[in-house]
Amino acid sequence: MNSSSMISMFRWIVWRDLLLAWRRRTDVLATLFFFIIVVSLFPLGVGPEPRLLRTIAPGVVWVAALLASMLALGRTFGNDYQDGTLEQLLLTPQPLYLIVLAKVMAQWLVSEVPLVLVAPLLGLQFGLSQNTLWIMTVSLLLGTPVLSLIGSIGAALTLGLRAANVLVALLVLPLYIPVLIFGTGAIEATVSATDPQPYLLLLGATLVLALAFAPWATSAALRVSVE
Amino acid sequence: MSKSRVNWYKYAAPVNFYPLAGKMLPWFTGLTIILFAIGLYVSFFVAPVDFQQGNSYRIIFIHVPAAWMGMFLYVLMAIYAGIGWAFNARLASMMATAIAPTGAIFTFISLVTGSLWGRPAWGVYWVWDARMTSTLILMFLYIGFISLQSSIDDTRRADRAGAVLALVGVINVPIIYFSVQWWNTLHQGATLTARSFKMAPSMLSAMLILMGACWMYSIAVVLARVRLIILEREREAPWLVESPAS
Repeated sequence: MNSSSMISMFRWIVWRDLLLAWRRRTDVLATLFFFIIVVSLFPLGVGPEPRLLRTIAPGVVWVAALLASMLALGRTFGNDYQDGTLEQLLLTPQPLYLIVLAKVMAQWLVSEVPLVLVAPLLGLQFGLSQNTLWIMTVSLLLGTPVLSLIGSIGAALTLGLRAANVLVALLVLPLYIPVLIFGTGAIEATVSATDPQPYLLLLGATLVLALAFAPWATSAALRVSVE
Repeated sequence: MSKSRVNWYKYAAPVNFYPLAGKMLPWFTGLTIILFAIGLYVSFFVAPVDFQQGNSYRIIFIHVPAAWMGMFLYVLMAIYAGIGWAFNARLASMMATAIAPTGAIFTFISLVTGSLWGRPAWGVYWVWDARMTSTLILMFLYIGFISLQSSIDDTRRADRAGAVLALVGVINVPIIYFSVQWWNTLHQGATLTARSFKMAPSMLSAMLILMGACWMYSIAVVLARVRLIILEREREAPWLVESPAS
């Protein structure tokens, strides 16, 4: 196994998934609009008082991002599982770790990056300052890949099960908690004018850990689910 | 080097473990009843009234053992699930499945008793302090494990999927615990900790006896449950078909 075949495999999978997502644009847009709607519901629920909105903004944006990214998880392996592509991928000589990483990266590009790009606009609606918006974007950029990575474990475990969407929420949401805490912590630190750097470093550390271990666990889960 | 007389591997087979568990079950049940009786007697009649909290502190005699069991059993469950997955040992996987509900119940009991204790001690049923929050998350992890296993019909896949989830959960528990602790210091300090009062010897002994009682209860219940799981899964096996289980 030479490294060029692995790299070409990686690129091929990412490209293929992006192309498939482009052909089914409405799926991607639905996740994005879900995110926007959930965030916009909060001011309607708690009232338009600007100071209150500024305090709850970090939590609202992050929780909505968690829920939206969870909605998109079923697509990571679901379609490939149904049409048999996944079985072929499992049979290829390239390491499964790499295949999983490519699929997760494609999933992140398709479902999470749009959320990160839209989030500052929503932050403006909540009256966040420019500095806070920056930190929010950075924290989302660091945190959302972790959501995709951890989520892929749940997606792989629930492949082809009844009520897989509800089940994946039960499995994955508790594991998302550290990301939520560090992510909102970073934003809140800027709101209260302290240093957000420790939180961003912790988010980075979780990302590195998740990159190292999550694809491995996902590979194991895929082998369990596709037998 | 003398050869061990008991062949432990023998009992890794459900056919041999089933009668063994049946023999052990009455002993552990008996110990459970005795220890609970002694422990409850000591905790209600021997242990003195706390000068700060009055009688309400007695909840901790069941709260602390339940909280410990909830955590212990999760680790134990993950170990069994991991063994079952790695060595393809069916019985270990069955043990993991049998432990999960007991662990979830203990975690639930510790949450309920904790909030009942919190009402007189803190004035509120629930505070988002690090320990309570992470126990709540632990219960979510149990629920995830149980619902994942019960929604997979193929037992082989259910065992292995459960093992992956339990092991991922075990790695995550410390991360979750520390993140919750940092989050807690960010928001508010704990108003009062459970350790802020000194224990009389009889209080400590009551708690330790009830701890033992909870262990015995867990073992007894898990053995009874694993027997049922064996019966359910091995119902086609020759040893069960030929001689109906006693």
